[in-house]
Amino acid sequence: MTIANTIRGVGHRTVNAVWRIGLATRFFLQILRFSDTSFRRFRLIKKELFSTGVMSLIIIVVAGLFVGMVLGLQGYETLKRYGSESALGVMVALGLVRELGPVVAALLFASRAGSAMTAEIGLMKATEQISAMEMMAVNPIARIVAPRFWAGVISMPLLAALFSAMGIFGGYFVGVVQIGVDEGSFWSQMQAAVDFKHDIMNGVLKSFVFGTVVTVIALFEGYDAPPTAEGVSGATTRTVVTSSLAILMLDFVLTAMMFGGA
Amino acid sequence: MERTTLDLWVGMFVVAGIGALVMLAMKVGNLGTYNMSESYQVQAYFSNIGGLKPKASIKSAGVLVGRVVDITLDTEKYEAKVVMSIDKRYQFPKDTFASILTSGLLGEQYIGLSAGGDTETLKAGEVIKQTQSATVLEDLIGKFIYNKASEPAK
Repeated sequence: MTIANTIRGVGHRTVNAVWRIGLATRFFLQILRFSDTSFRRFRLIKKELFSTGVMSLIIIVVAGLFVGMVLGLQGYETLKRYGSESALGVMVALGLVRELGPVVAALLFASRAGSAMTAEIGLMKATEQISAMEMMAVNPIARIVAPRFWAGVISMPLLAALFSAMGIFGGYFVGVVQIGVDEGSFWSQMQAAVDFKHDIMNGVLKSFVFGTVVTVIALFEGYDAPPTAEGVSGATTRTVVTSSLAILMLDFVLTAMMFGGA
Repeated sequence: MERTTLDLWVGMFVVAGIGALVMLAMKVGNLGTYNMSESYQVQAYFSNIGGLKPKASIKSAGVLVGRVVDITLDTEKYEAKVVMSIDKRYQFPKDTFASILTSGLLGEQYIGLSAGGDTETLKAGEVIKQTQSATVLEDLIGKFIYNKASEPAK
């Protein structure tokens, strides 16, 4: 009996997970369908750009700077053994532009902006603001959800680019200014090794995908949260956990597709 | 928040983001150095190119003068055909010598051009006749071991 129950439990959880993925996909399609309002009234997106993009600036800039500085230090320690300290710029730049920029910026974005989105929408639902909108024949997806989605999609690549730029500056600061790696070879080897299309544009594409996934997860969890205090807090936690895992897994898939064959 | 302040912040954010992207493209990526004003293409055949890749630099006396455009295998000679794009500002004599060199011990490979004494210069589409292939470390080690083995025992 217990075995049957366990199997039933596994089945139930699997069905539930697939069900939620389906719901989230439908939610995503609905966002796309009702996006025209937010582009006709661009002010809605601008307001959300402020709360997702501008408010995430400080954490992104500071985190990027320190990640770059650590990369510079660690990279120097390792490269020194092979006498190729001049490749420090290449290592810092490729590491940031390809991987760390998009991934770490997306993780920070998920915990900084994604959780806020979920909490906000969940609370709107708990205080029945969303029902009130529906009563007034205002489509809540068009009015609340879609502008937040587009703000997330727009700001994520910009934040990732800022993160990478700050990180390279941090690596430059530690490597060239403090340790004394040759400045010329730091930049020239970097420029020789980093390709605009292959490295930078793929990084931008990655952060675009992450931005879409994180905002859809955050908005879906908020919109789907049980309208209680406990429900909203659970949904916020789920947003951070699910989107972090999604970022890391998708990153592997995207990296394998972009750089795996080369 | 007031509308103009909000616009200002959002505008600053977008400008900073795009600025970072442009900086990445120009300063970090090779977009800035890439589009050389005008260039001409010459070819060279190597029996072994080692680890040479497209976009590798072409240097003469250490100065960057061009980039490798294309590498293919010529199935008539079974040699690697390397197409190089060289900046128009730099003209080379016809008997220029092209060799594949390595920057540093384990660094990336590039083509070094050393000018000869011919009065005529290379024109677009012409072939550099004198080439030296890449040094393959295994060959070098093999030769070394062979020489050691053939030495008379002392």
